[in-house]
This record gives sequence, structure tokens and C-alpha cells, in this order.
Amino acid sequence: MEKTIKKFWPIFVVPTLAAFLVGFLWPFLQGLYLSFCKFITIDKADWNGLKNYIFALTETNFQHSFWFTALFTIVSTICINIAAFAIALALTRNFKGTNTFRSIFFMPNLIGGIVLGYIWNILLNCVLSLLGKPLLSLYAPYGFIGLVILMCWQQIGYMMIIYIAGLQSIPNDYLEAASIDGASNWKVLWKIKIPNVMPSITICLFLSLTNGFKLFDQNLALTGGDPNHQTEMLALNIYETFYGRSGAAWKGYGQAKAVLFCILVIAISLIQLRATRSKEVQQ
Amino acid sequence: MKRSNVSKKLAVIMAACMIVPQASVMAAEGEAAGEVYYLNFKPEADAQWQELAELYTAETGVPVTVVTAASNTYEQTLMSEIAKDNPPTMFHVNGPIGLENWKDYCYDLTGSSILGELTSEDYALKDGDATLAIAMAIESYGIIVNKTLLSEAGYEVEDIDSFEDLKNVAEDITARKDELGFAAFTSAGMDGSSNWRYHTHLANLPIYFEYLDEGISSTDTIKGTYLDNYKAIFDLYINNSTCDPAVLVSKTGDDSRNEFLAGEAVFYQNGSWEYSNLVGEDKFSDDDLAMIPIYIGVGDEANQGLCTGTENYWCVNKDASPENIQATLDFMYWCVTSETGTEAMGGGEGAMPSGEAGMGFVIPFKGAIESTNLFVKQDAAYTEAGKTPVSWNFTTMPSQTWKDDLGSALTSYAAGVGSWDDVVSAFVDGWAAEYSYLS
Repeated sequence: MEKTIKKFWPIFVVPTLAAFLVGFLWPFLQGLYLSFCKFITIDKADWNGLKNYIFALTETNFQHSFWFTALFTIVSTICINIAAFAIALALTRNFKGTNTFRSIFFMPNLIGGIVLGYIWNILLNCVLSLLGKPLLSLYAPYGFIGLVILMCWQQIGYMMIIYIAGLQSIPNDYLEAASIDGASNWKVLWKIKIPNVMPSITICLFLSLTNGFKLFDQNLALTGGDPNHQTEMLALNIYETFYGRSGAAWKGYGQAKAVLFCILVIAISLIQLRATRSKEVQQ
Repeated sequence: MKRSNVSKKLAVIMAACMIVPQASVMAAEGEAAGEVYYLNFKPEADAQWQELAELYTAETGVPVTVVTAASNTYEQTLMSEIAKDNPPTMFHVNGPIGLENWKDYCYDLTGSSILGELTSEDYALKDGDATLAIAMAIESYGIIVNKTLLSEAGYEVEDIDSFEDLKNVAEDITARKDELGFAAFTSAGMDGSSNWRYHTHLANLPIYFEYLDEGISSTDTIKGTYLDNYKAIFDLYINNSTCDPAVLVSKTGDDSRNEFLAGEAVFYQNGSWEYSNLVGEDKFSDDDLAMIPIYIGVGDEANQGLCTGTENYWCVNKDASPENIQATLDFMYWCVTSETGTEAMGGGEGAMPSGEAGMGFVIPFKGAIESTNLFVKQDAAYTEAGKTPVSWNFTTMPSQTWKDDLGSALTSYAAGVGSWDDVVSAFVDGWAAEYSYLS
């Protein structure tokens, strides 16, 4: 076996490595270089030094987008994970029809973000106009709530599946022992279930945090950043910087913002992974 | 033994696969000196361009590839296409501001045969002495009128030749809305599919009159002299419409068109490109429709014509090989001078050799054929009657961001959650800020 692996390892490693280098590492490095340039097309880039970063860090819209995105990510991550975990608990109780419910809850995840954005735009605007309230793109708080509702609806099912897998992998002995010892449901949840699904929580938090930060399609379709850039999240802000104005400088600014954005997302996910990993228990 | 036979066969097939495309490229190179790659801007004319490309190849042997960017993604498509090994040899810019991005990529057309075919020098875009882009289609916009409904309300098109007249007619129709069963204006949709009608096309009018006053053709600081008139016409649109101004934000371009087609409103602000959507089976005939100028109560209204201009300019890629540049120039020249080319670009129903409809453009070249488009004919009639067309100055708007911000302010104003001062600020201060970014 060892020998075979020694002989054939390139067959397994090289294609993936090549794809990683060509499809990820090279574009990433090129992007990093371009973030210091002015350019229209990537093969005619002029060096622009740190100006792009200075602009990106001092632009008020970008700062607003950062805080808006951060708030959105926190709220949506909490809502999604609490709801997904609650549904997962309910659907692991062995009553009739759990499989049907699981499929139904999972389904929204199969629809693309742009489509969902437009559908929810129509739905929520109808409700708001019936209530006589300003529509989504007219009043930023409604835009924010709309985005949270949309994200929850889309993501809860997906996270639920991960939590269900986690809950089902808890050995029955633990639960039986607990019930023999007379532990209440509440105690079982806090002392046995949650510590044992910690790996699932790590994954779900990671996914919902990064999804929240990187949100683009839904933002574009639901509010388009209106009113007056107030509901513009980071990814949409970068897109608008890149394509909203003519001239080589703007591509550089957009690129610098994109690099900052990438570093930010990586940093946040690393911190979160470290924090939740330390809470995981070995079964 | 068997296995090695199979691998040999496989090897032969694979080798053949690699040689065949190579061979066809070599054959093509043998036939023609250059080739043309046109990145088309107008999705509605894609089928016609594909057919025209085939016809040209059949006639001359020069391969022509036409790729059409999806609606609203032209800039992105061009950016990625032009960086490739086989970049487009022919592409579009939308005016002086669009050219700002691409001037380093444009071939100087000075002295080329196609430049000599232009009916007026005004249709060429210059950077210093170099002519970098030439207009390929002239369009007009104004207020499209459903004449049948207008006469039901007791008026004729001739009754309207000033803002005052338009306002009286519209407000009278609104006052009798329940009795008549239709509104004055279709919804002034502020959804992204339609808001350009207000933040770009309607906003052209105050800019045009200000430029006229100052005797300029562009500026980096706009005064907003006529913004009160802009407010007056926008108010007229939103307060005499099929719907409540608060829901305009969710109204689309299709909503507006469908309302007009269904006879729910008399007036519909749009352009000559809308003709094919309005006329045809189960729709209107030429006799039902007219296009009138957008009056905002400024200047010599009796002699005001439609808004006529272009935001479609052709450029040739400077970085293409000399033979491809020549092939592209020849192709452009053929399009605007040959019978097939001019018929295809300017003709209506059945203008293509395949029997399909032509592109219906008014092309600013000497060989242009007469258009069958009612609105285009009306524009010509207005000009003939001595009326002055309003030029398209919105090509000098500083950026898409400026338009979007103005649109956002207009939407909030229409819904009653924002004030007109925000619109003025987006217009005037936004203009200066965006121009300062441009330099």
C-alpha cells in the first residue's frame, strides 16, 4: 500500500494542486499586485502605490458598508443558528413526517440568491404597501430587516441539516444514562447535546458568518443598496466602486477594497474557528 | 497486446483532435488576411448582426465573429474580452465619459474611409486631434402619445406645444380619471429597469437648457438653473399617473409599457427604440401613436423638437494586428455603404435577406436608407418644420454613480420620504464631486 502510494501520489496530488495554483493562488497574487495599480484591463496596469488603500480606508461609504455588514452578519448569524438548531431538535424526535419536513426546510437553499432576492422584494413590498409603510428601498431599517428575513429563510434549512447530523451522531448511551440519572430535558440539552454538537456549531457559525460577510446577490436584488447606499454591504460596495465610475483609478480602488475585504473575512473566520474549536469535546 | 492497441488508437484520435482545429485555422488564414471580432452592445440586434456577419464572410471570405454582451453587462464583458489573446477588434463606447475608460485602446480613425461616410462631424468623438469613435445609430425620445385616448379626452396632439398645455391636459385627464377610465401618464417606474428614463433622459432637459444658456457642451460644475422645471415635469408625471407615487420604486419598465399597451394611460415617456414593442399585431398601428417633445417650460417651446442623439459609438481596437484593423475598417465600411448592410441596419420588417426584420437604426452615414420607424419619421418631420432637436447631453453625465444617486433621491422624493433638496444636492453637488473623481 505504502509503496503504491509512493508510486502514484502525483496522479492524486498534481491535478488538485495545479487547479489550486492556476485557479486560486495565481489570481490571488495577481489581484494583490493589481490592488496597488491603476488599470482598465489587467495586462495594462500602472503602479499607483498605496493611494488605493488610503482611498479605500478613508471613504465614508466603505466604512458605512463595513458597519452595516458587521451588524447584518451578527444579527443573521444569531437568528439563523438559533432557529436552525431549534428546528433540528424538533425534527430529531422521531415523530411522523420528519423527513418530509426536513426536505421542505432544506428546499429554499436550492434557489439562487438573485431569484430569491427578487421574489422577496415583491413579497415584502406588497406587505409594506398594504400596511402603508415605505417600501424596502426607501427606508434602510426595513431594507435591513428584509435582508435578515431573506437570509434566514434561505439558510436555516441548510444549517438545520448539519445540526441534525450532529444530533444523530450523539451516542444513545449518553442520553439513556442521563435519563436514568433523572436529568431534565434542559440539562440534557446544555450538558450533553450542545457540547457534543460543538463540531456542527463550529461549521455552521463559520458558514453563516462568512456567508453574511460575503453577501452580494441577495443584497443587489432586494435593495440594490438603496436608499442612497444605506443598505449597501461590502461586496456590493466593491462592485459599485469597480463599475460605477469611468477611469482607471476606480478599478484600483475597487481592487484594494477587495483585498481588504478578503483579509477581513479570513481573519474573522480564523478567530471564530479558534474560539469554537476550543469548546469541542472528544466523544 | 489488446490494451496497447486500444491506447494506440486513443493516441491517434487525440493527436487528430489536436491537429484538426489547427488545420482549420491554417486554412482560414490562407484565405483571408485578417478577421473581425465585433463585441455588440445591443442584445435586441444580435440575430441581425449574426446574419450580417455570415453574409459578409460568404461575400469576402473574411471571418467575422459577433459576440453580444448580455443587457447591462457590456462594460464588464469588454473588460474581460479585451484582455484576452484574441480581443474584440471592434467595440462600443457610450459617449465622451465612456471613452474616458477606453481611449487608450482606440485606433485613430482619422483618414479612414468610414469617417468620410459620416453625415456630420458632430457624430465623431475626438480626443485632441484623434478621432477615436464614431456614432452608429441615432435615436430620439420624447413623450409617446396614444392619440385615440387623447381624443377621447377631448384633445388632439396639436393642442400640446408647451409645458403649460401638457400640464392642463394631464391635470384635466386626472380630474376626470374615473369617468374616462384611464390616467394621463404611465407609472414613472423607479425600478432599475426603468429609472434611467428619469435620472438620465428626463434629466437631460435641464442640462441641455443650461448648456444652451452658457454656450458650453460640457461642464464639471453644473448650476442647476432649470431644476425647478425638472421638478415641475417630474411632479406632473408622478401626480397624474396610473399609481400612487409611493409605490413607484417597485414599478418596472415592463409595467409602464404594459399600462400603455392596455390603454390605461395616454402618455408614456420613451424613445424610438420602443417602436417595435408598441406596434404590431394586437398592439397599436402607426395611426394610433405620436411622439411629442418633452416640454419643461423653458426656452422657445413652440420650436422645440424631440431629444435626438446617440450613445452608440463604434471604436476599433488599436492593439489588434494591422491586418485585423484593416479587416474591421473594411467591415464597418461595408455595413454602412453596401445595400445589404444599410438595409439590415436601417430596415424594418423583412429587411434582412433571410426575411427577418432589420435593426431599424437611423445610421448617421450618407448611405442610410429611410427608416420605417414612425418616431424616427416624426423626428425628421419636426426638424423639417424648423423645430430644433434637443441634443443628448446626458452623455456628459459624470458617472453611473451620479445617475444612481440621483435616481435614489428622486425615488425617495416621489415616495414622500425624501425632499426635493436632496434631489438638487444629488444633481448639483453630486455632479461636482463625481467630476472631481473623474480627474
